[in-house]
Amino acid sequence: MTQTHDAPPVLSFPGGRLMSAPGARPPVEILLVEDSRDDADLMAAALAEGTLAPRLSIVEDGEEAVRYLRRLPPYESAPRPDLVLLDLHLPRKNGFEVLADVKTDPALCLIPVVILTSSDDERSFLSAYDLRANCCVPKPGDQEQFARIVRHIESFWLTVARRPRTSPAPELSGGSNS
Amino acid sequence: MSMLISTRAIEILLVEDNVEEAEMTMAALKDGRVRNRVHWVEDGEEALTFLRRQGRFDGMPRPDLILLDLRLPRLSGQEVLAVVKEHPDWRRIPVVIMTSSDDERDITCAYQRHANCYITKPVDMDKFIEAVRSIENFWLTVVKLPAA
Repeated sequence: MTQTHDAPPVLSFPGGRLMSAPGARPPVEILLVEDSRDDADLMAAALAEGTLAPRLSIVEDGEEAVRYLRRLPPYESAPRPDLVLLDLHLPRKNGFEVLADVKTDPALCLIPVVILTSSDDERSFLSAYDLRANCCVPKPGDQEQFARIVRHIESFWLTVARRPRTSPAPELSGGSNS
Repeated sequence: MSMLISTRAIEILLVEDNVEEAEMTMAALKDGRVRNRVHWVEDGEEALTFLRRQGRFDGMPRPDLILLDLRLPRLSGQEVLAVVKEHPDWRRIPVVIMTSSDDERDITCAYQRHANCYITKPVDMDKFIEAVRSIENFWLTVVKLPAA
């Protein structure tokens, strides 16, 4: 199922914000799971600056993230994200739990998840990789560096890497090579 | 990004049967900003032997990152990927698929087997080098690799 968005470019969900960069029907959907308003605003601004203009949906805790991804109310019409940016320290349900939910759910497990965290605890990164995070990126304290890192993530995942088609559900086995 | 500067070289396992592409990849990585050491093997079976540190790979380090081609002799890249990502100790090592295939089924299959990311190798030489540099720049300077 492919979601199309002829609707107004900015949608709002209770408990979540959907911010949209200007431009006609930007193709890429990013879900940002971030409880810090400051960090979320900074990331939204960094993403809006580029030419790729992804659509960004923001939810502020882990429980909302899972509801959004599973399209539970009030997110029935939420697009399936092409990329998830996930903080680890979140209210209600932490980032590890969200990651585990996503990566063990056949409908969601292909979505690339980038962990973004201010934690520099080595064990957090190991746990996240064990739970199948696609990559872990430390948040720099400095705002300019943080914005630069966000743009790096955006350009790598949106222009260099090939992303899986995350909907409709792909066939479950085979590859032309094996 | 001082916290990201590593005191030791990043160990990269490159699994690539095409000599020319392996050489271009190694040259591009050598020019990168982060000190790294590339261990090059030419087929999937050798990749697993390297990870097991068997035979001539005795004493080799555990790689911090694996760059894996899909079309390989003996054991395919998808098979290597499946073994690595099911292994209790190796599963956390990030695996970047680097392949000429842009077949949607290969991409899906690789992500299902928990590839960390998938890159299609450009045919053009300059673009190929640029792609390797992007990988180096992202995975070695932006990403926090899991410490062994």
